[in-house]
Amino acid sequence: MKDDEKTIDEMLNPAGAENEFLTEEYYCQALPKSVQPVANKIVRKFYNWAQANSLWILAFGTGCGSIELPPLFTARYDISRFGLFPRPTPRQSGVFIISGYLSVKTLKRVIRSYEQMQNPKFVLALGSCTVNGGMYFDSYNTINRLDYYLPVDVYIAGCMPRPEALIAGFNKLKQLIKEGKAEGANKYAENFEWYKANQKKIIKNWDMPEYNW
Amino acid sequence: MKDILTRLDSRFVIERKDETRSNLVFITVKKPVAIEVITYLRDYEGFRHLVLISAVDYIERNVFQLTYLLHNYQLHVDIGVRVEIDRQHPQMDSIHHLWAAAGVYQRELHEMFGIDFPGSPHVAEPMILEGWDNIPPMRKEFDTKKYAEETYFPREGRFKQDPREVMEIKLYPVDTEVKYGIKQVVRKRRGH
Repeated sequence: MKDDEKTIDEMLNPAGAENEFLTEEYYCQALPKSVQPVANKIVRKFYNWAQANSLWILAFGTGCGSIELPPLFTARYDISRFGLFPRPTPRQSGVFIISGYLSVKTLKRVIRSYEQMQNPKFVLALGSCTVNGGMYFDSYNTINRLDYYLPVDVYIAGCMPRPEALIAGFNKLKQLIKEGKAEGANKYAENFEWYKANQKKIIKNWDMPEYNW
Repeated sequence: MKDILTRLDSRFVIERKDETRSNLVFITVKKPVAIEVITYLRDYEGFRHLVLISAVDYIERNVFQLTYLLHNYQLHVDIGVRVEIDRQHPQMDSIHHLWAAAGVYQRELHEMFGIDFPGSPHVAEPMILEGWDNIPPMRKEFDTKKYAEETYFPREGRFKQDPREVMEIKLYPVDTEVKYGIKQVVRKRRGH
């Protein structure tokens, strides 16, 4: 009976408990390590071929470019022909499309999502906003160059690029994976401190762990 | 619309009336009576819908101009109530008790212009600019380009090549070396 009498505020913040969120208890503190490719050439080629043909896209639209994704998935352009498939959560997906401009508030969520993705992971930067800021080059709230915050594998220029351009970008990404050149995740792990310094320079209320496993 | 304005005139001191269209009028009132005017328009004249609250920074006159745009569903007319508040102490009475949605506008104005609305719910919480530590970005004295260049690692532009100079160096190499000097020509050939 006593629990029913408590107000919502009391239930959320019980008296005596620390209101401070302790990240150490909830998250693993280990930093990412780079994964070296398999030494055997035949096995490595098979791995790369398999990775290139099952790219699962994270359904996260950051800017206006995300409007290009629905036609890509539906009947007209039907991206599943190429072995691509949209997934709802970062744990299940391997490709992150940064679709257009990225505000600082969204960048924080993007970093969390990117770091939660499993390891063969690739970033596709869509639109000129991710290249040099595009028409938001002098905005107080959108970033100019994405490659200072996340490792980018393929840029697709244009404002906005059409779905055909996106398909061309995916083909380029597949080609890079097959050649073993799409090493964005390893680059992120190797230059982790540089990326974190850039991210923390603009995200001023950093209340996340160093790496979101 | 004429009747509404005459009734307003008989009750309040209206400083200025700008009739933009037959169904859109902007009235300018003093800050102390602004909330009274808005409440009167809502409760007696049928302006039940708050379209928006906006602010303009007139830095040269040292004021913020707030506009409350109201809509009447029966007559399909709009009225904009303009209030000018001091720029040094930007504070305005909240109208969240009239429209709950006004709280969102007031929160945004607090974030973008630094205008304070005492008593408005969650007014000081950040909406878009999490962890902002500069002056509010929509104020005129805030230099967005300078801030972006200092903060967001701008990409350098491409180099330019004047076709006339390029062809001159290509066609008359000896003459241009005499004219510009050897170092300049080598630099131009490299495209810098």
